[in-house]
Amino acid sequence: MNQSRKILLLEFGWWFIWTCLQMTALLLAGFSWKVSVVDSIITNFILGWESYSIIMMLKVYQPDKSKSYYLLFWSAALAGISVVVIEFALSFMFADDVAYLQFLDTTMLLRFGFAFLMLAFVSVLGWVWFYLQSQQENEIRKADVEKLSRETELSSLRQQLQPHFLFNSLNSINALIQSEPTKARSMVQQLSDFFRGTLKKQETHRVTFAEELNHLKLYLEIEKVRFGHRLKTEIDHDEQSVSRLIPSLLLQPIVENAIKFGLYDVRGDVTLSISAEMLEGDLMVCVSNPYDPESAPPSKGTGFGLSSISRRLYLIYGRNDLLTIEKDATVFKICIRIPQSV
Amino acid sequence: MKVVIIDDEPLARSIVKEYLDSFPEIEIVDECNDGFEGVKAIQQHKPDLVFLDIQMPKITGFEMLELLEEQPSVIFTTAFDEYAMKAFEAHAVDYLLKPFSKERFAKAMEKWRTQSKSAGSEMVHRLLDDTASQFEGQTNRIVVKVGNAIKIIPIRDILYIEAYGDYVKIHTKEGFFLKKKTMSFFEHSLDVSNFARAHRSYLINIQELNKIEQREKDSHIAILKNGTVVPLSKTGYARIKELLKI
Repeated sequence: MNQSRKILLLEFGWWFIWTCLQMTALLLAGFSWKVSVVDSIITNFILGWESYSIIMMLKVYQPDKSKSYYLLFWSAALAGISVVVIEFALSFMFADDVAYLQFLDTTMLLRFGFAFLMLAFVSVLGWVWFYLQSQQENEIRKADVEKLSRETELSSLRQQLQPHFLFNSLNSINALIQSEPTKARSMVQQLSDFFRGTLKKQETHRVTFAEELNHLKLYLEIEKVRFGHRLKTEIDHDEQSVSRLIPSLLLQPIVENAIKFGLYDVRGDVTLSISAEMLEGDLMVCVSNPYDPESAPPSKGTGFGLSSISRRLYLIYGRNDLLTIEKDATVFKICIRIPQSV
Repeated sequence: MKVVIIDDEPLARSIVKEYLDSFPEIEIVDECNDGFEGVKAIQQHKPDLVFLDIQMPKITGFEMLELLEEQPSVIFTTAFDEYAMKAFEAHAVDYLLKPFSKERFAKAMEKWRTQSKSAGSEMVHRLLDDTASQFEGQTNRIVVKVGNAIKIIPIRDILYIEAYGDYVKIHTKEGFFLKKKTMSFFEHSLDVSNFARAHRSYLINIQELNKIEQREKDSHIAILKNGTVVPLSKTGYARIKELLKI
């Protein structure tokens, strides 16, 4: 059974009971059946209808706690209107019953009091009911939001750990232990330094370009152990750029993608270059790798995380024009302009 | 027993070689840097066992296997996480998660030895048929062999696919390419919002559709942008109408 029908049924039952009570009282007071029945039905029908409207209204709009006295105003206003309507209707219908008319006049205030209390009672009850319900919904929503943010955090943690890179590096170390133990040792060291650097850094921090570059070099050194026969790197930057500030780990995903694309999109040798220079007071960093414009990635979803990088740039600098891509027949180049005047 | 090792990382190959030292009956006949070399080596040496990496330059290990007429017994070596490799278990083709121990390696060898050769290749067949595409997500390209060359066809370049005996003809602007696969394989691995099974024997790229015409009372044909006429079955017609929301 849905909520509206439940409310309707409850309302009906409640006002039916009051109709019976009022009718009995009128009969005991010596009024005729006709008068008793009509009076109690009209009175309770109007009140019932009004209380139902209040509840339906509360369903869509609940005044907050500080404005809960509104409920009393509404009840008083509706009680006033209903008494006037009842008085008018009944005195019209029983215009020749003098005793009843007199009774109607003397009970006016009583009727108003009764209507007011009834409506106030129903509206407070309804308000509490809907208030609890919205409270419950809020709890659920809050739990959902928390769950979502936990999942996001988890996936960014996974991202940081890069399981594929980690396991492949460990596999290389495993091979080196037998053939070149010293090299195995130095790779363990590099891998540790790299992951420590990744974990220490927070996305909100800014570091010098030199610091970011050292982290990238560490990463490239490890990749060279794995792909040394194919992978070459060129790093080129001017004197001024090293001390400039850059959001930490901004370049990391770009270099990772460049490596991935370079190594898996092309057979044979791959040269990855990173260059940095000053441009109109801003730091300009470019990363380029060879690629094959004809080929398609093996599956969807392996695409670039470029949109997340430009989103990050937008969040930090409020600009959408900082990331540019240049492609020619064989080279894919991404440039990022990092404003320095902030 | 002849073995071929295919992996784009020399160190990853060297660990397999090192572990194989304890198996004197094994002879390593070739080592390959990628799937292109892999196809050649397998055709040339007909090895009894192949160690195969999945992520490699240009074409993946799965795509390489698809290019072979005869499937060899394969032990996959990969750094993909265990969750992704679950798909393999049902097929009993063994896989080694990098880095792997000597004991785990010996177990894989034991498993291979107890399987008959034909059972092994049958398993690879089944694996390629149902799990490979699922494993790699929605396919974005198809790899085919043209003579001795290997061609990668991006999905967006496909006009339509036509059934052709045990093969399918993949029609593109540059002509058609043959591949030994079933229509239902492509129907399930291609993006359903772009490809529709127009007919039992035809799968068409919706982007390439020019118009639909009525032939007789109950039969329709599709005309592609390049003029090709494709018959539509009743269900095919309904499918395309639904896809185009008409």
